[in-house]
Amino acid sequence: MVPVDYYIALSAILFTIGALGVLSRRNPLIIFMSIELMLNAANLAFVAFASIYQTFSGQIFVFFVIAVAAAEVAVGLALIVEIFKTRRNINIDEMNSLKG
Amino acid sequence: MHLSETVNTGFYFLAPGLVLVPIIGLLINAIFGKYFSEKAVGTVASLASGAAFVISVLLAYSVSLNHGEVMRWQFLEWIHVGNLSLDWTFRIDSLSATMMLVVSGVGTLIHIYAIGYMHEDVRFKHEEGRFNRFFIYLNLFIAAMMILVSGDSYMMLFVGWEGVGLCSFLLIGFWYEMDTLARPSWANSNAAKKAFITNRVGDFGFLMAGFLMFWHLGSFQFDEVFKAAPAIAEAAPWVIVAMTLFMLVGVAGKSAQIPLYIWLPDAMAGPTPVSALIHAATMVTAGVYLVTRSAPLYNLVPQAQYVVAMVGAGTALFAATIAVGQYDIKKVLAYSTISQLGFMVAAVGMGAYVAGMFHLITHAFFKALLFLSAGSVILGLERGHHAHAHHAAHDEKPKGKKKKEEEHGHGHADHGEVFDPGDMRNMGGLRKTMPVTFWLYMIGTLALAGIFPFAGFWSKDEILLDASLHFKSVYGQLTIAAFFTAFYMGRQIWMVFFGEARSDAAKHAEESPRVMTVPLMVLAVLSVAGGALNLPFEGFHNLTHWLSHTLGEVEGLPLNLGVAGISTALALTAIFVSWLIYGRNPLKAGQPDPLKKPLGFIFTGMENKWFVDEGYGVLILTPFKKLSQFLADVIDWRFWHDFVHETVIAGTYNWLSETLLSHYADQKGIDTFFNSWGTFTQWLSGQARKIQNGFVRSYALSVLLGVVLILGYLILK
Repeated sequence: MVPVDYYIALSAILFTIGALGVLSRRNPLIIFMSIELMLNAANLAFVAFASIYQTFSGQIFVFFVIAVAAAEVAVGLALIVEIFKTRRNINIDEMNSLKG
Repeated sequence: MHLSETVNTGFYFLAPGLVLVPIIGLLINAIFGKYFSEKAVGTVASLASGAAFVISVLLAYSVSLNHGEVMRWQFLEWIHVGNLSLDWTFRIDSLSATMMLVVSGVGTLIHIYAIGYMHEDVRFKHEEGRFNRFFIYLNLFIAAMMILVSGDSYMMLFVGWEGVGLCSFLLIGFWYEMDTLARPSWANSNAAKKAFITNRVGDFGFLMAGFLMFWHLGSFQFDEVFKAAPAIAEAAPWVIVAMTLFMLVGVAGKSAQIPLYIWLPDAMAGPTPVSALIHAATMVTAGVYLVTRSAPLYNLVPQAQYVVAMVGAGTALFAATIAVGQYDIKKVLAYSTISQLGFMVAAVGMGAYVAGMFHLITHAFFKALLFLSAGSVILGLERGHHAHAHHAAHDEKPKGKKKKEEEHGHGHADHGEVFDPGDMRNMGGLRKTMPVTFWLYMIGTLALAGIFPFAGFWSKDEILLDASLHFKSVYGQLTIAAFFTAFYMGRQIWMVFFGEARSDAAKHAEESPRVMTVPLMVLAVLSVAGGALNLPFEGFHNLTHWLSHTLGEVEGLPLNLGVAGISTALALTAIFVSWLIYGRNPLKAGQPDPLKKPLGFIFTGMENKWFVDEGYGVLILTPFKKLSQFLADVIDWRFWHDFVHETVIAGTYNWLSETLLSHYADQKGIDTFFNSWGTFTQWLSGQARKIQNGFVRSYALSVLLGVVLILGYLILK
């Protein structure tokens, strides 16, 4: 049986990788993937803590997160497709029309 | 008001009608006049005036019914302040009733005459719409004159006094946009203004007298003033002297006495019925009425009476000499009026109030007759002029008629030169063309000249008789004036009615219609028989007896054959002399006046009114204009406007507002303060805007940092 601490550490590592991916990459697809990584790191932490405290609430939260992530990706990908259609480019650094 | 309880029989309640009926008449004409025909307008106005005459008769009858008792009929409350209580009260006694009868009686006849006169006058002047206006003014005048003669206090009298002054102004300036020859000019307006302003000088005197009266006697009401006056005359006689002399200034203004008579000759600019009604028969006698009414005051101060008599006598003589040198038919009569007013003022100044009032009445008859006949003459000439001009134009150039009509509109430019229908040098021989007018004029002339048995003979002789008994110098002046009177009237008769016609207009003159001549005939009868009012025989002193109810008992003087003989002889001599000069060898067209050569500069003086107007110009008007120019230019404009207002006040204010408040306080102070807030906010937002750099990843980084910070805080807390 692998100790729960390992799961927590793995979750932290995954989250950090995801966060760095979001900050450093310019391709929105990869950013999305990094966001998925962060969400799943959180899911892993939820599940780990749920097993420690012997409750189901953490596991139920995970289902919600998965559902929200799926919806978010659907919206995000649709946005990216539309942006690509209009601008022929999806470089995230050039999407600055809301700049103050 | 205690009198109203004791006297209650009679028609006193009608008294307000004296004023109200003419006002109703003028309101009807003012409101509905434009829908009326000329005849209807004239009828309404004449009826209003005639109704006032009927009321006057009834009031006079009431006075005689009550044995001359004074009746005071309170009509309206007016001013009640402190000790002053002024009401509009009608005073009906034998004196005011006499004036009412004269004003409304002569006034009504003149109203009727004016229907005919104005009918033609407005047509000759191409202003037919003004017919109605004339009768409105005429009724207004009757109302104002009634207020004047029926007032029970000096202030009510003053209200009427100003009212008739206003009507005089309006009617002198009736043809305000032309001169007497209907050429476009402001001459008539200027004449109206001259009359009004000269009267203002007189009104100043009246007002000063009023102030003195209220200050020292505490009232304006006649009875109260007369009751309080003797005590004041004992204590401080100068008050009464000053009061009466100031009153004399008012009299000199209204009744055209030296030195304020200058407006009356110019007032002839008004239509002739106005000259007859206002400037001969009624309004100008208001001064005589005022002195007569104030008899109890004047009787207290013989010095003032002396001055009044001398002013009157001087005016009588002075104006009579000017009348000799005049060529305008109305100007002669105007100076004659001034002269005759001088007779009246001299009479009342001597204390011969009855004689003054008697002459006032007869003069109203015969001078109205003369003026109206002169109007008839002028219109006759105007008719002849037009008839002849039409005829001539028709003969010469039948096609040019329309053009000539147009020229008419611009003031009778037919002969190239303006034709003056009032100039006696254009007349002559009118005896044949205007026989009715001639005889009427003749009667008026004989009455004015004082030929037995015409009205003027009796009244003038009464004045002369009184003067011969009390004031020799006045008697001398008046006798010479009477000589001149007969002379200038004779001159006028010879020049106007005898000899050959000196112009085509005179040759073609036409007689006036009946509506004009019938009132004249009534006036002629009165001019003949008016003397019967007060014959100098025992038992015939009717007017003396009648007025004694108001003026106290006066002894009726018997006829003095010496005085009457001298004046009649002088008058006849004067007429004979005038025949020698003007009648025997009638004036030819273009010939100068035959007196011009023998009298030389004296005649030039008479011709030019002794240069009085010019003298006033040099002595008063020029310095006055210079002073006002100085005041306007230097004091008002340069000092007051340029310096005080522009420099001091406006400059200071501008400096204060522009430099101090606007520039320093507002722009430099307040604006800078609030602008710096704005600048700061802009800078701040500029700084804040930098966060929104548009790099999605930097936003993500800040989210991350925020999460780290919050978590760090939660962990480390």
